[in-house]
Amino acid sequence: MNKTEKRHMGMKALNRVSNGSIYVLLVLISVIWLIPFVFIVFQSFRVESTQQVGYVIPHQWGLQNYINLWNSDFKRWYLNTFIIALASAVLVTIIQLCMSYTLSRFRFKMRGPLMRFMLILGMFPGMLTMIILYRVLADIGLTQANAVPGLILVGFASSGMGYYVSKGFFDTIPKSLDEAARVDGATRLQVLYKIILPLAKPIVIYTVLTAFMGPWGDFVFARYVAMGTSAGYNVAVGMYSWLTADQIFGMYTTFCAGGVIVALPVTILFMCLQKYYVEGVTGGAVKG
Amino acid sequence: MMKQYSDLEFLRLSKWQRFLYRLAAFFCAIPRAIGNFFKNIGGFIKRAAVAVVNEFRDIGVTFVHGDWKTKTSYLVMGFGNLARGQILRGLLFLVFELVFIFYMILAGGYWLSMLPSLGKQGPVEGYDPVLDTYTTIYHDNSFKILLYGVLTIFFIVAFIYTWRLNVKQNKIMEQIIKKGGKLKSDKDDLKSMVDEQFYKTLLALPLTGILIFTVLPIVFMILVAFTNYDGAHNGYQNNLFTWVGLDNFNTMFSWTSNSGGGSQSYSATFGEILSWTLIWAFLATFTNYFLGMFVAMMINKKGIHLKKMWRTILVLTIAIPQFISLLYVSKMFAKNGLINLTLLDWGWIKEPLPFWDDATWARVTVILINIWIGIPHLMLIATGILMNIPADLYESARIDGANAWQQYIKITLPYMLFITGPYLLTSFTGNMNNFNVIYLLTGGGPSNPKASGASGSVGFTDLLITWLFKITTGSDAKYYLASVVGIMVFVVVAVISLVVYNVLPSIKNEEDYQ
Repeated sequence: MNKTEKRHMGMKALNRVSNGSIYVLLVLISVIWLIPFVFIVFQSFRVESTQQVGYVIPHQWGLQNYINLWNSDFKRWYLNTFIIALASAVLVTIIQLCMSYTLSRFRFKMRGPLMRFMLILGMFPGMLTMIILYRVLADIGLTQANAVPGLILVGFASSGMGYYVSKGFFDTIPKSLDEAARVDGATRLQVLYKIILPLAKPIVIYTVLTAFMGPWGDFVFARYVAMGTSAGYNVAVGMYSWLTADQIFGMYTTFCAGGVIVALPVTILFMCLQKYYVEGVTGGAVKG
Repeated sequence: MMKQYSDLEFLRLSKWQRFLYRLAAFFCAIPRAIGNFFKNIGGFIKRAAVAVVNEFRDIGVTFVHGDWKTKTSYLVMGFGNLARGQILRGLLFLVFELVFIFYMILAGGYWLSMLPSLGKQGPVEGYDPVLDTYTTIYHDNSFKILLYGVLTIFFIVAFIYTWRLNVKQNKIMEQIIKKGGKLKSDKDDLKSMVDEQFYKTLLALPLTGILIFTVLPIVFMILVAFTNYDGAHNGYQNNLFTWVGLDNFNTMFSWTSNSGGGSQSYSATFGEILSWTLIWAFLATFTNYFLGMFVAMMINKKGIHLKKMWRTILVLTIAIPQFISLLYVSKMFAKNGLINLTLLDWGWIKEPLPFWDDATWARVTVILINIWIGIPHLMLIATGILMNIPADLYESARIDGANAWQQYIKITLPYMLFITGPYLLTSFTGNMNNFNVIYLLTGGGPSNPKASGASGSVGFTDLLITWLFKITTGSDAKYYLASVVGIMVFVVVAVISLVVYNVLPSIKNEEDYQ
């Protein structure tokens, strides 16, 4: 065995060792990342007590928590959130695509200043505008029990600011396509829906997906707008109230059941469209 | 002054030296930039003045040389368009003018006249003849005066712009007619809405939304920093609020303690929270960044099987709404949560671990849980970029005898940093304003007895943004202070962005990239 061969063997062994430790690490990581969710599922089936306990596997299994869920306001919250999510999936997508397509494709005098202006606007904390948006919504009667249309309105009206990811995508579609079509006499509108939109399917799906998933986690503004009226809660606000100090004793396992019911459909949808999400996220990060 | 390098000398520097050079150059350039800024302001004012004079001259000249149709348009907007056959444009101008006039007479005038005082008459006890009792009678509403006052100013600016556009159009139309050209018909106008002018059609709705639901509230809230708007002066039900100048900035930045609930001055509290916010943003961004990259590299490594499964497991956790995972994990670490109870059961500890009850414990736990939240996302991003690194770079490095660590330091890391520069910046500022993670995990606690807040207590894990939120809730809310905090957040984010934009090489020219 000559020297290089020996070295090669050594490398191989080293490789095997490091691959082995990587597997160990990956398994460990997977466990850490999944375990809280597995715990939620277990605890949602625990019926012997309703507060936090020091073990994971229920002593007594049952569906009592899900029945409690059905008998609580949770149905209403779920429906509210679902309506908001659907509406925002449509409206936010339209607004963001209009915005990003325009800023990617057209060169007009105000384009540069407009983009700079929106960049600066984005540096103000959104939290700051909540008070006034709440008062304005209260003025037109879209708070408390009517929180749903209010949240849809605010969500979609200011969504134009989040155009970056899809603009990055449109930038990658060659402009020569547009120009060729224009030479053939197509109007800008025709260019958009005959040429660009079919090519932009991944980013459309990405935008719909993120717009649909956003409202499920929308917490702080939703709480502001609902102002303690249960009929106007979304799932996040409603379930948060179950974990406050005076409710957690009786509602902890119901919270877990609710978590399962909320996460299940969203997660399934997400896993089906995962490919597009990954594409959008990586593209968006690269182009900034 | 620092040594200036020529292009050639610059290229000879190592990556790290280049970075330092840029950083130094940026800071050395600040004095001159400030000088230039003031010089530019002078120039800007001069140019603006010239532009205004030119506008007025043009308006005058158009009037003097214009025919009667043009002259009438100065009073009746759109008349020139109507008289020359552009019915659509003319009607739009006319309707806009009528709406404006009616608005100003019916409402705008009142809002505008009240704006300097923000209301004269607050609610008073008065006799109600219908109910035959004494009740509170409400008069002016400071909140609405400020809001609609600002809106009215927006409207007036829009009107002046439109009026000017109307005059300009008349001038252009006259020129076209004089040359014997043909004016655009309504049909042409409609067609151009989906063609040359398509961008205006597309942007109309999004920009209106942004104007009303983002710009207007931000302007309003900036103005609130100069008023005494708070729970006791809510502008309608109890007391009116009014302008107080720079008083709120004085309160925020004075060193005397105050009645805000703690023994400390606001400036001390602000300093503490700001420094924790910056530490948090730095740690949260870079722990996620490097660990996420590390995980991505492990999965990407040659010879690792089931790549797709590992990725899917991590991606799965992105799908679950954050409030569920954050709230659940927060309770898991609570004093009587799963972890403490289990450890007590096993007899490993005698007292529950103070995950959320001790400042340092809470801060560390928050950062660790944030890693748990953030890694899958970073892993996705890093995977996409790592796959794009040309393989021959590694090949040649290996031939030159570079080990894995050297390859990482010399190839992977610079490449990643270069590509993700802008992402790092946005994620840093995003973490500064990461309300959800902090609020859902700790609610800002454990509370800091010395800190000054408004309603509720200020805690050791509070970021500026959660502090701002706490100041605005409850009956003793101090909206004016929240507004000052918001402005300060903006200043901090803007300064950081400015420095990074000037130092980072990867903020490429947009057109180059396309």
